[in-house]
Amino acid sequence: MSSSIPSSVSYEPTGQRLPVKTGPLLELENLSTHYVSSGGTRVVRAVDQVSLRINAGETLGIVGESGSGKSTLALTILRVLPPAARIVEGRMLFDGEDLVQKSDAEMRHIRGKRIAMILQDPMASLNPLFTIGDQVAEPIRVHEGAGRATAWQRARDLLKSVRIPSPETRVTQYPHEMSGGMRQRIVGAIGISCEPRLLIADEPTTSLDLTIQAQYLNLLRELQRAHGLALIFITHNLGIVAKMCDQLAVMYAGRVVESGPVSRIFNAPVHPYTEALLNSIPRMGDSAQRLTAIEGQPPDLAALPRGCAFAPRCDRVFDRCRVEAPPEFAPAGRRTARCWLAAADSTPSDMLVQSGTA
Amino acid sequence: MAIQTEIIGLPPRSRSRLAALRFGDFPLIPVLILGCIALVAIFANLLAPHNPEIGSLAARFKPPFWQTGGSTKYLLGTDQLGRDVLSRLIFGARVSMIVGFTAVIFAGVIGTTLGIISGYLGGWVDQVIMRLTDSWLALPGLTFAIFLAAIVGPSMWNIVIILAVTYWTRYARVIRGEVLSLKEREFVRLAIVAGCSKWTIMQRHILPNVINSAIVLGTLMLGVVIITEATLSFLGIGVPPPQAAWGLMLSDGKQSLMVGRWWLSVLPGCCIMLMVLSANILGDWLRVKLDPQLRQL
Amino acid sequence: MKRYVSRRVGYCLLSLFLLSLTIFFFVRVTGDPATLLVEPGASEADIAAMHHQFGLDKPLWVQYGIFLASLAHGDLGKSFYYRTPVMELYLSRLPNSLYLATVAMAFSLIIGIPTGVLASVRVGRFWDRAGKIFTLLGLSLPSFWVGLVLILVFSVYLGWLPSSGAGTPLHLIMPAFALGWYFAAAHMRLTRSSMLEVLGSEYVKLARLKGLPQSLVIAKHAFKNALIPVLTLAGINLVIMVNVATVVEVVFAWPGIGRLLYEGITFRDFPVVQGVVLMGGAMIVIVNLVVDILYAVIDPRIRLGV
Repeated sequence: MSSSIPSSVSYEPTGQRLPVKTGPLLELENLSTHYVSSGGTRVVRAVDQVSLRINAGETLGIVGESGSGKSTLALTILRVLPPAARIVEGRMLFDGEDLVQKSDAEMRHIRGKRIAMILQDPMASLNPLFTIGDQVAEPIRVHEGAGRATAWQRARDLLKSVRIPSPETRVTQYPHEMSGGMRQRIVGAIGISCEPRLLIADEPTTSLDLTIQAQYLNLLRELQRAHGLALIFITHNLGIVAKMCDQLAVMYAGRVVESGPVSRIFNAPVHPYTEALLNSIPRMGDSAQRLTAIEGQPPDLAALPRGCAFAPRCDRVFDRCRVEAPPEFAPAGRRTARCWLAAADSTPSDMLVQSGTA
Repeated sequence: MAIQTEIIGLPPRSRSRLAALRFGDFPLIPVLILGCIALVAIFANLLAPHNPEIGSLAARFKPPFWQTGGSTKYLLGTDQLGRDVLSRLIFGARVSMIVGFTAVIFAGVIGTTLGIISGYLGGWVDQVIMRLTDSWLALPGLTFAIFLAAIVGPSMWNIVIILAVTYWTRYARVIRGEVLSLKEREFVRLAIVAGCSKWTIMQRHILPNVINSAIVLGTLMLGVVIITEATLSFLGIGVPPPQAAWGLMLSDGKQSLMVGRWWLSVLPGCCIMLMVLSANILGDWLRVKLDPQLRQL
Repeated sequence: MKRYVSRRVGYCLLSLFLLSLTIFFFVRVTGDPATLLVEPGASEADIAAMHHQFGLDKPLWVQYGIFLASLAHGDLGKSFYYRTPVMELYLSRLPNSLYLATVAMAFSLIIGIPTGVLASVRVGRFWDRAGKIFTLLGLSLPSFWVGLVLILVFSVYLGWLPSSGAGTPLHLIMPAFALGWYFAAAHMRLTRSSMLEVLGSEYVKLARLKGLPQSLVIAKHAFKNALIPVLTLAGINLVIMVNVATVVEVVFAWPGIGRLLYEGITFRDFPVVQGVVLMGGAMIVIVNLVVDILYAVIDPRIRLGV
C-alpha cells in the first residue's frame, strides 16, 4: 500500500489527506556543531559538514562508533545542545523552515510536537518523582492545551497503543515500578503523544534485553506505519539497520562518510569504513576465522588530522587522502560517499545542480 | 572546499580583575593577608606599641585616633581597662594563629591516622572508630567544644586540645573514604603481594596519597577552628583573661556597644573575619587545584 | 517501608546510647568529677559526702548504669543555681529557642533556595558569582559578630530595633538574621550544586526534548528533585541551629536554651551544662530519624519499597 502513495503527500492518522510541500521532510545542509572550551582553545568538531535528507514516512539509520557525532547530531536537530556547543554553519530545513534560525520559543513548539526524540536509557529518562500518567500527559497538556482529564485519557490510550497491559493501573504508578522494556515503551508513548512528523530514536534498544529488543523494534515499526512517522534511528548495530531502515548514513569523526539506500550500501559499500563495519559483523558459518576488527582508534575530535579523518586506519589509503580531506561525492542516485575512491566515477556533490535527484 | 570557522554568537567573557584574583587563579590577597597575620603573630613583641595585658585606668575608653578624643598614642583606642586595642589585636593574632594552626594540625594528625587505620584495616577496628565518629558528629562541634571547655576549664592549651578532639572526626571520615577507594588500586595490591607489612603499606603507600585531601581539609577547617575558638573565648570559656584573644575582646566590647564604643567590637571582629575569609578562599582554591574529586567536600 | 523505618529507629537508639556514653566518659575521665558535680564553694566534707551520694566510689560501669537509668526517666539532675530540675528548666526555655530557630530557618531558606536556583540556572554569570561571594561571606562571618554589627547599626546608630530580650516580633529580627546568615549560605550552596546535578540528568533532558517551556522544566522537573537533599539538610540544620544559637542568644539576651547553657557555664552549674548538651545531642539524633522518615514519604521509591 505504501508504495503506491506518492512521496509528496502524507497522511495524518485521522485519514485526511493534507497537501504538504514536496521535497524532503528534513534536510540538513552542511551542518556543523562545534564544542568550544571556555578558554576558546579547544574546538571539538562533533558534527562537521553533515548533509542528510529524509522524506516523510522513511526510516533513516545513522550508524557510527561512539564519539562519531551521532547523538550530537540528534541534539543539534532539536537544538537541545549544552551551552558549550554551537551550531557553527549550515541549515536544517524542516518542512521548508530553517531550524537553525528559529528562536527558542519557536523551537519549543517544535520539540515534542513536530519532532520528538527518544533517549537511550529509559530509567534515567523518566522523572522518578512523578507518575507515568503525569509524564505521558504532560506534552499533550503543554502543546495542545488539553485539560487534565482529556490528557490523562489520551495517556491511557497511548499506553494501550504501545501495548502496555492494564494502562488504567499503570498511569498512577511510578517509573521504578516498571520493567525496562515497559519503560522504554512509555518513553516511546511520550514521543508520539503529540503526533509528530519525525521521531528521532537515539539507541533506544541498547539498554534492553535481546529478547525485548525485537518486540520493541516491531512496535516502532507499527507506530511508524500507523502515524505516518519519519524515523531517524541512531544505532551502532548494523543488524538493526538492516531490519528497520530504508536509508542509511554512516558517520565517522563527525562527518557523514557514506549515505544511501540500505540495500545498495550493504551490497556494495564505497567507503572503506563502511566496508570494514560490514565485515566486522560475525556471520554464522564463518568457521575458524578471527573477527575482523578495524585497526586503530577513533580520532580525537579536537585534533583531526589533515586530510581524510579515516586515513590512519584505512587499508586502501593513498597519498591524496592524507593531504586533502575528500568532499562528498554522489556516485549514483541518492548515494553519497566522502572518499577519494568515489572521485573516479562521479562528480563532487557541490558541483551538481541542486535538483532533488532522489 | 573552505570551511567556515565563524563562530555564531559566543557570549562576551567578562572577567574582572578582582574575580580573577579571587577565584580560579592564585588567591593572592588572601595569602598575603594570612602571611601578614602570621608575621604579626611572630613579631608581636616588636610590633605592639603597648603591653596588651596591662593598661592605665586613666586612659580608658579612648576612641581610635581619627575620632575626637583619640590620640596617636593609642592608634586604635583603648578598652575598659585602658589597654591599647592595637596591641591587643596584635597579640590576639598570635593566639589565633597558634591555636588555629596547632589545633588544625593536631586534629589532622589524629584524624588522618585514625582514618587510614580505620579504612585500611577494616573489620571491627573500622566499626568501632566509625561508631565513635558518628556519635561525636551527632553533636555540633560548637556544642561539644563548649561542653568540654566547661569541664576542663580555660587555658590556651586546653583549648587547643579541645578543638583537636572535637574536629578530628571530620578528617577521619573523609580520609577513610579515600583509603577505601585507594585500597583497590594496583600499587597497593602489588605491595601486599610483595609481602609488605600492613603498617609499611599504610605509611609508605597510602599516606602520601591522602596528604592532599588532608591539607585541603586543613585549610577549610582552619576557619571553622578559629571561629570556634573565638566563640569559646567570647563565652568566657576559651582563652582566659588577661590574655589578648580576639574573641575575648569581642566579649568585653559587647558591654560598651550600647554606648557607641564601636571600635572595641568591630575591630577584633574584622580581624577574625579577615583571617577566616582568607583561609576559606585559600582552602577553596587548594581544593580545586589539588584534587577536583574533592569538590564534594 | 516498614523495614526501612525499623532500621532507622535502630540506628537512632544506638546513637543515643553512644551519645550518653560519650558524655559520661568525658565527665568521669577528666579529673575528679566530684568537683563538677558539687556546688561551687563546698567544703571537703561536702565533697566526700557527694562522692558517696553520687556513687562515685562504685565501679565505673555501675555508675554508668545509674546514669543511664536516670536519663531514661528524664532525670537530668538538679540545677545548683535555680534549684529546679534541669529537665524542667530546659523544657521551659526550649520553646523560645525553637521559635528563634524556626524564624531563622525560614529566613535562611527564603534567601538560600531561590539564590541557589538562580545561581545554578545562570552558571558563570552574575547571579552565580554573586552567590559565590555570598557563600564565602556566610561561611566566614561568625554569627555573633554579625549580631554585634547589627546591634551597632540598627540599635545604636539607627535606633530602630531593640537590642536585647524577647517579646515583640521586632526583637526577633536581628537574632534571626544573625543566626540564619550562616545557614542561608550553606543552603544556597547545596541548592546550587543539587540543581546543577539534576539539570544535567537525562529526565531533564527529556523534559526539554518534550518541548516544555524552560520555566516548567526548572520549576517542576528539576526543582522538586533537587529539593530533596536541601530539605534533608534543612531539617537537621534546624536542630543544629537550636544548639549553636548559644552565642546569638547571649549577644541578644534571648531567653532560650543557648542562654541557659551560658548561664550554666558562668555559674559553674554543671548539671545544667550536661543536661543541655545531652538534650541537644538527643534532639539532633531524633530529628535525623524524623527527616529520614519524611524522606520516605516524599520519595516514592522508598515508600513503595525498592
